[in-house]
Amino acid sequence: MKLMWFHLMPYTELPDDFREKNPGVWVDINSKLFDPARAHHMYNDFMDELEYAATCGFDAICVNEHHSNGYGLMPSPNLIASSLARRTSEAMICIMGNSLALYNPPTRIAEEMAMIDCISGGRVIAGFPVGTPMDTCYAYGQNPSMLRDRYYEAHDLIKRAWTEREMFSFNGRYNKLRYVNIWPHPVQKPHPPIWIPGGGSVETWQWCAEMDYVYCYLSYFGYKIGLSTMRGFWNEMERLNKERNPYRAGFLQFVGIAESREEAMRLYKEPAEYFYGRCLHIDPRFAQPPGYTTEATIRARVEGQVATAAKKATARGKTATEMQDIIDQGYIMIGSPDEVAEQLRHAAREMNVGHMMLLCQFGNMNKQLAAYNTKMFAERVLPQVRDLFDDEWEDHWWPTPIPTPERAVPDAALDGSIAEAAE
Amino acid sequence: MSDVQQSAVRVDGADFRVWTAGSGPKVGVFAGFGGLLQWTPFLCKLAETRTVVVPSLPGFPGGGGRAHVALDSQLDWLLMVREILNGAALEGEDLIGISLGAALAADVTAIWPHKTKRLVLVSPLGICDGHAPIADPWGVTPQNLPALLCANPQALEAHQKMPEGADELEWEVSQIRANEAAARLLWPNGDIGLGKRIGRIFCDTFIVWGAADKVVPESHRPLYKNGPCGKVTERVLNGAGHQADFDCPDELASMIDDFLGN
Repeated sequence: MKLMWFHLMPYTELPDDFREKNPGVWVDINSKLFDPARAHHMYNDFMDELEYAATCGFDAICVNEHHSNGYGLMPSPNLIASSLARRTSEAMICIMGNSLALYNPPTRIAEEMAMIDCISGGRVIAGFPVGTPMDTCYAYGQNPSMLRDRYYEAHDLIKRAWTEREMFSFNGRYNKLRYVNIWPHPVQKPHPPIWIPGGGSVETWQWCAEMDYVYCYLSYFGYKIGLSTMRGFWNEMERLNKERNPYRAGFLQFVGIAESREEAMRLYKEPAEYFYGRCLHIDPRFAQPPGYTTEATIRARVEGQVATAAKKATARGKTATEMQDIIDQGYIMIGSPDEVAEQLRHAAREMNVGHMMLLCQFGNMNKQLAAYNTKMFAERVLPQVRDLFDDEWEDHWWPTPIPTPERAVPDAALDGSIAEAAE
Repeated sequence: MSDVQQSAVRVDGADFRVWTAGSGPKVGVFAGFGGLLQWTPFLCKLAETRTVVVPSLPGFPGGGGRAHVALDSQLDWLLMVREILNGAALEGEDLIGISLGAALAADVTAIWPHKTKRLVLVSPLGICDGHAPIADPWGVTPQNLPALLCANPQALEAHQKMPEGADELEWEVSQIRANEAAARLLWPNGDIGLGKRIGRIFCDTFIVWGAADKVVPESHRPLYKNGPCGKVTERVLNGAGHQADFDCPDELASMIDDFLGN
C-alpha cells in the first residue's frame, strides 16, 4: 500500500465563535478574519510539515486546490508543489489537483505540471478534479451548466499537449488555440499518472475505468461512510470487467496517533473539533449550483462530498463536531500505533484501496503536534501496513522518476567565484 | 380555467411545447424562473381578452429536454428563441417576458427589432450594474428561492407542487433542469450583454417592476427605462415581488391589457 501525506492547509486561527457568527467557511467567508502576517507563519509551518513528512518515509506528499476557503489556503497547489520539488528528493509530489475548467487556456496546467515534473525529476502525480461548486462556480464564476464539458475538453487538450511532440491546433468548444506547443514537456512518459478526485458519480467511475485513471474519494467522514462509495466504485469496475487492483483507488483518511487511545483523544480533541466545527461549517447555499451535478447522478440519488458536508452543517444536533461523536462516526482513526494500524488495514482491505492519503495535520493542529503525529505514523504505523496488497498487485499508476543518481541536487554551495564559473 | 391547447415547435431536433388559450389579439409570453409547470392564474386572466401563446424556452419544462446544453453563447440562445417564436407564429406579435424571459424577449427584440410589435418586460434581467448586482438566485437554497422571487411565495410554491400521480424523481429533475437552464443563460450575475443592444429596441415598450422585487435593485430601473429608442412606459406594481405574475396575477394582467389595448 502507498502511504501519502496530505495537507489541506487550514487557516488555524478562526475564532471560537466562528460557527455562530459566520454563514460559512467558503466563498463569502469574512475576509477580515484573514491576517496575512499570521498566514506567513502558517504557510511556512505547513511547508515545514510537508517537507518533514517527505523525510519520514511517506511515499508521497499531497497538496490540493481551494479558493475563498478557510480550511484550504492553497489557491495554487502548483506554487507549493514547485517549492516541494526543490526541497524534497524521494517522495512523490501528488498535486491533487488542478481544477481543469478554471484555467484559460488549460495548457497553463500542462505547462506548470510539466515544469514541476522536470524540476522534481519526474515525481509528479497529476490530480485532475472537476473542483467543488464553491471553488469553481462561486469563487471562480464558472457556469455550472458548462463546467463538466469544459473540464473534459481541458483534459483532452492537456493530455494532447503532454503527449504530442509536434505542434498542433486545437479547435475545441471552449478552447481555440492555433498553436499548441508547450515547453517544457513532462519527464514522465507518456505523461505523469493522472488521478481523479471525485464524489460518488457513476460517470466519473466509468470515465476513470475508460481512461485507466486512479479514482480518489477524498472523504472527510472516514472509511465507515466512504465504504459505500468505494463499494459502488468496485461494483462498477466489476461490471466493466476491470480488475480489482486496489491501486486503481485512493482514499483520504484523518489519523491521530499517540502512545494510547486516551492520550490521542486528549491530544487531537481540539484540532478535530476545530476542523469539524469550524472548517466544515459549509453553507448549503453554495453546495449545489444547478447543472453541477449531472442528471444521471441525481437520478442515481448519489450525493457529493460537499453536499453531504453542507447537509450535515444544517442538520443541527446531527453534526459530529464533538470529539466523541467524531470518533464514534469514524471520521478520524485514532489511538495507539497498533490500534490505528489495525483500523487502517481493515479500512484499506474493506474498501480495497491501495493509495491511502493521510491527514496527520488537521484543523488548528500546531506544527509540533503535526510532526509528532507524522513521526508516530511513519515509524510505528507505516511499517505495519505498507506491505498490504504488494504481494498481490502492482501499482501501475505510480510515478516513474528519473533514477536518483541521475537527478539534479539543489546546490547550496554556489559562491559566485570566478573559479567556479571557469569550471 | 382557460381551455389550453398544446402543440409543439421543432427546432434543431428538439420539441418545444407551445400552450395557447383565449381569443383576441395574439400575445406571446416568456415565463420566468423555473418556467411553467402548469397554466397559471396570470395567463388565465390575460387569456380573457387575448390569444395567449406560451412557448417553452430551452431547458425549461416542455423546452426540448436538455436543449439548453447546446447553447454556448448568447447568439446560440437568441437564434433558438427566434426559431421558437417563428414556429409558434409569434413573428410580428406582441411579446411579454417575465424576469429571465424578459431578458430573452428584450434581446430577441433588439436583434430583430421589426419582429416584435410591442414589448412588455416584467422585472427584466439581462443588464448588470457592477456596483449593485442582482441578488444571486443560486446563492440561496432551493427551498428559499420562492421567498426571494416572490412577495407571496406560497403562490409559486403551489405552482411547483408535484401533482398527484406524477413521478417524484422526474418532477424534481425537471425543476433542477429549469434552474440549470436559467443558470446557463444568466450565470453568474445576469449579464447577457443586453446593455449593449437595448438601444436597438424601437417598438413601444412597457416595463413593470414589482415594488417588493428582492432580485433586481431599484438602481437598475433606469438602465432599462432609458435604454430603448422606442417609447417606454414604466409602472411599479405594489404588492408584487420579482415574479409579479405569481404575486399579483390579476393586477399584472390588467396593467398589461391596458398597455396593449385593442
